[in-house]
Amino acid sequence: MALTRKEVEHIAALVRLKLSDTELVEFQHQLSSILDHVRSLQELDTHGVEPTSGILSANAGLRPDEPSVGLTPARVLQNARHKNQDQFRVPPVFGARDE
Amino acid sequence: MSELTSLTPRELTSLLSARKISSVEITRACLDRIQSLEGNLHAFITLAPDAALEQARLADKKRAESRTDELSPLLGLPIAVKDVLSVEGIRCTCGSKILEDYIPPYTATSVQRLVDAGVVILGKTNTDEFAMGSSTENSAYGVTRNPWDSTRVPGGSSGGSAAAVAARMSPAALGTDTGGSVRQPASFCGVSGLKPTYGRVSRYGLIAYGSSLDSVGVLAPSAEDIATILPVMAGYDPHDATSAKLGAPRANLDGREDLRGIRVGFPEEYFSEGLQADVEKAVREAIARMEALGAEIRPVNLPHTKYALPVYYLIAPAEASANLSRYDGIRFGLQPDSEELLERFVSARSTGFGAEVKRRIMLGTYALSAGYYDAFYGQAQKVRTLIKRDFESVFGEVDMVAGPVAPTTAFKIGGHGNDPLAMYLEDIYTLPANLAGIPALAFPVGFDQAGLPIGMQLMGAPFNENLLLGCVHAFQQHTDWHKQKPAI
Repeated sequence: MALTRKEVEHIAALVRLKLSDTELVEFQHQLSSILDHVRSLQELDTHGVEPTSGILSANAGLRPDEPSVGLTPARVLQNARHKNQDQFRVPPVFGARDE
Repeated sequence: MSELTSLTPRELTSLLSARKISSVEITRACLDRIQSLEGNLHAFITLAPDAALEQARLADKKRAESRTDELSPLLGLPIAVKDVLSVEGIRCTCGSKILEDYIPPYTATSVQRLVDAGVVILGKTNTDEFAMGSSTENSAYGVTRNPWDSTRVPGGSSGGSAAAVAARMSPAALGTDTGGSVRQPASFCGVSGLKPTYGRVSRYGLIAYGSSLDSVGVLAPSAEDIATILPVMAGYDPHDATSAKLGAPRANLDGREDLRGIRVGFPEEYFSEGLQADVEKAVREAIARMEALGAEIRPVNLPHTKYALPVYYLIAPAEASANLSRYDGIRFGLQPDSEELLERFVSARSTGFGAEVKRRIMLGTYALSAGYYDAFYGQAQKVRTLIKRDFESVFGEVDMVAGPVAPTTAFKIGGHGNDPLAMYLEDIYTLPANLAGIPALAFPVGFDQAGLPIGMQLMGAPFNENLLLGCVHAFQQHTDWHKQKPAI
């Protein structure tokens, strides 16, 4: 199942990756061959089979909803390069900075 | 090799407990050995010698001030930790440039429990980027070399941990196993490695790759060594909603000396085309040895085994594509200066991620996208159910299932070139246990013609780690594959 170059560009945009021309060609080829391999699943009749989305032990469960002490803002921000007081600073989402 | 570094965790903890050696002596011996071998093997991404010696001094002080019966059996034992598990204050890279300077503000529960027990952390071991790989070649910090042959890979993704244990740089190490990443490197490096049941060990603080598959495991020379470490790190954790509300398994191995009464399943699907001849021979001989020790060997069928590879390479990338969306260049890790938001995302991710990570998040996003979801991700989830049912039905007839860990022994560095699918095929025998969530224990059972270690695995029903560890311990009392060391 060959992916087109356009499809690879579309997926890259969705995952916020900018690919070089070399990467595009390589990923187009490699992803196509992986998809060819995984397509063998479609030969199985899974009508009526429940999907498994996770392995939840019968013994797993939600914890009691009790307040507890979390990380301090300073800890949470310790790896951030762009910050302002106790907040992460991000570029504007809407419009330019001087609007 | 110094006397001390040639000892196993079990031997070291006995000597510590008898106050015949100190943690500082052992820790220094490990750090010296790391210093002499690291240039060749490159098992570590980050070393923490000063913190390790400080922890060792504290352990010795605690022992001097307390009665032996009040102390944890692991007090003062050094270990290495795979660089995907968060340890407060020690950088955690996940083998990726995108986390080159990341310092975790908290410690993973599995590690914290060991630290609370007085374990000494030597450093963080090399891994394929975000644990995606089977050779450690996908690390942004360079490949780890196999201690048995430095032209070969140690396996992956916990390749640094496996090499560190095999070369006796560290008595034991933590790894993680999402599709075989503890067992395959253990097998390639001639050590034992346990992937516990999903939910047995908390994933809190394990930097996520495939959340429904990830598990934290242990690598050490023998099953007995693993059995001393697992109970300390296992057990329910309120910080991980998927952790099972069970106590930790018992630390004792029920004194089993043989395998009488144990029914071992022999699945023909695990002895298929592509299995290296001397791997097959060694595994069959080990199974015959188990039979000689009293086990009853029964043929069993796991008919959906061949679908594990396509199922895994849809589900794991799909989960990875969601988990890795957090690397946005804003809160931690690589944070470009761009003042345009989209550009910041794109710049951080395009320069921070390596090729395999890019491939998997693209593959996962495709499998989850509208129009392809049912045919790919949805179908994979249904076939995962069939794989799980295969095991449920087999565990009605036998206590465990035996098989090889990997189709080959350690391959040459660069041996799979630029062919991701060839690399994925290394995982065919390890993936089913992750998809079914069951425990599996890899252990050495021989050497190939080139002198490279061969491993086999026993897979058990959920939460039956102790049975697996007990049976392999019995096997290891009658064999000495686990005592062989590389000549370095």
